[in-house]
Amino acid sequence: MSVLIFIDHADGHVKKSSLEALTYGAKVAAQLGTAAEGLLLGTVTEDIAALGKYGVSKIHQVANDTLNHLDTQVYAAAIAEAVTATGATVVIFSHTPTGKAVAARVSAKLKAGLVTGACALPDTSNGFVVKKGVFSGKAFANVSIQTPVKIISLNPNSYMTVAGEGTATVAPLAITVGTAKIKVTAVNKVSGDVPLTEADIVVSGGRGLKGPENWGILLDLAKVLGAATACSRPVGDAHWRPHHEHVGQTGVQVAPNLYIAVGISGAIQHLAGVNRSKIIVVINKDPEAPFFKAADYGIVGDAFEVLPKLTEAIKKMKASA
Amino acid sequence: MKILVCVSKTPDTTSKVAFTDGNTKFDEAGVQWIINPYDEWYSLVRAIELKEKDASVAIHLVTVGGADTEPIIRKALALGGDEAIRVNSDSTDSYYIAAQIAEIAKQGGYDLIFTGKETLDYNGSSIGGMVAELVDAPYISLATKFDLEGTTATVTREIEGGEEVAEVALPVVVSCQKGVAEQRIPNMRGIMAARTKPLKVVEPVAADALTTVVGFELPPAKAGVKLVDAENVEELVRLLHEEAKAI
Ligand SMILES: Cc1cc2nc3c(=O)[nH]c(=O)nc-3n(C[C@H](O)[C@H](O)[C@H](O)COP(=O)(O)OP(=O)(O)OC[C@H]3O[C@@H](n4cnc5c(N)ncnc54)[C@H](O)[C@@H]3O)c2cc1C
Ligand SMILES: Nc1ncnc2c1ncn2[C@@H]1O[C@H](COP(=O)(O)O)[C@@H](O)[C@H]1O
Repeated sequence: MSVLIFIDHADGHVKKSSLEALTYGAKVAAQLGTAAEGLLLGTVTEDIAALGKYGVSKIHQVANDTLNHLDTQVYAAAIAEAVTATGATVVIFSHTPTGKAVAARVSAKLKAGLVTGACALPDTSNGFVVKKGVFSGKAFANVSIQTPVKIISLNPNSYMTVAGEGTATVAPLAITVGTAKIKVTAVNKVSGDVPLTEADIVVSGGRGLKGPENWGILLDLAKVLGAATACSRPVGDAHWRPHHEHVGQTGVQVAPNLYIAVGISGAIQHLAGVNRSKIIVVINKDPEAPFFKAADYGIVGDAFEVLPKLTEAIKKMKASA
Repeated sequence: MKILVCVSKTPDTTSKVAFTDGNTKFDEAGVQWIINPYDEWYSLVRAIELKEKDASVAIHLVTVGGADTEPIIRKALALGGDEAIRVNSDSTDSYYIAAQIAEIAKQGGYDLIFTGKETLDYNGSSIGGMVAELVDAPYISLATKFDLEGTTATVTREIEGGEEVAEVALPVVVSCQKGVAEQRIPNMRGIMAARTKPLKVVEPVAADALTTVVGFELPPAKAGVKLVDAENVEELVRLLHEEAKAI
């Protein structure tokens, strides 16, 4: 009996969402009175023993370089074997592109119940019940997992990373690594930018900004905040911004700590992609814009005047902090 | 070349979300049902495009649902599916649904299985991966582009902070999202033709449900927006720093 946390990585580094999963998994293990252990497929450049500070006592590593590329079939087989080998009864993934694809396969392979997009610790007082967002963030469902092995994928940004003391022992795990049927021929990363789904802060613009040539003021604000940028669907559709920045029901779903919406009306389909954000700030010149109803803070004003001032004020605050 | 397109029904995106029976059931009163947009706009349309290029392509639709899903299946047929299979079950457990789809997939010997990225109601993002595992095929999720050359598929998929291009030999399971195709509207000819296209109803095979929804909750209402004067952005910065601790 243990809690096994899948550690995802890219470019030699463990992903932030996995640090959240480690912290979360350690807490689940404490709740169940058992140990939390990590599972790393492939190789990274950083010191993995140091991941012990997130509460895991041991990290099982399958240090096979072919695992640095995702083939869900190979991954699922390896993880399922690791679950059996380590005797894990709870398996934790991040609800990210990789985690989503792999968790589903492992669930079917082990016939282990899966709850995706979990946003809180499981309730283990009577069974095993996990809370997740449904209806695109408009509600939550409490889902009971009935199988002996339970799988959870944790929504990014819904559980804060806590780093304490401690190092983990790193143990090589000998398991079968299958041959990938998928051949990755190109990887195109938007370099230098903060990935949207991992970002702590997201600054997002809508049709209120009038045209792509006006995005500079929004990028400036994003820069001082170290934020990722996003946009509403019409902005993506009109190619003012790259389509992968489009958030909402039909775009990317984000759940940052802070979401700043500029010149976005707040249509229900837009809100569906952003309403899991902890704090929402709305800047819109129309006091009747529906977004204000979903906001924590707001400014009724012209984005072209407000944004440059806001960027300056944040710079000042950061300089004095 | 046979393509299986998984379609599910979901409440229209503007539906009011409310629950009945002590918050254990979704309140369907007044809800307009639609085809899950990822299934309709992206995977189905891409399958139709492949058929337009190669007339020998057959598009079969599968849905696991009760008789009330038939209007949305007819609409999918009107858009361009050739025939449809409805597995008669109201189950909402992902594994149970995936097991039904996998059974249809095995019987039909499909070269390509398309699902949507996720359903708008349950937001599971898991049926595609589960089906792929159950039929022992490769799975590429979150596709933003899908091309076929003979029996090799080239798929661009979303990864964190970018995209990845991958090649794979058929058969394969692919989950589709924005980028794969553009939304279409059924025309009159399609709607007429859909009336006579085959819609087969089959009973589910035995499979376990691995999870149960024990209850729903609505998010706590926001306390209400705190408005800050446009001339006083410093106050917003102070609130975000000191009160919200967000910057
Ligand atoms: C099935 C379906 C799915 C959809 N999915 C999505 C989705 O995923 N994501 C999404 O975003 N949309 C989606 N939409 C579209 C959605 O309904 C809205 O049309 C869209 O979000 C509006 O974008 P917007 O707020 O940028 O533009 P608008 O609605 O045009 O709003 C512009 C806003 O800018 C304000 N403004 C104008 N000038 C200024 C200024 N100088 N300073 C400050 N504010 C200003 C205006 O007051 C207005 O509120 C979907 C629609 C449908 C039907
Ligand atoms: N009941 C169902 N019948 C057929 N296909 C489904 C069903 N539920 C989900 N799917 C397919 O699986 C995709 C992902 O659903 P989910 O994993 O539930 O988010 C959907 O976009 C559909 O293509």
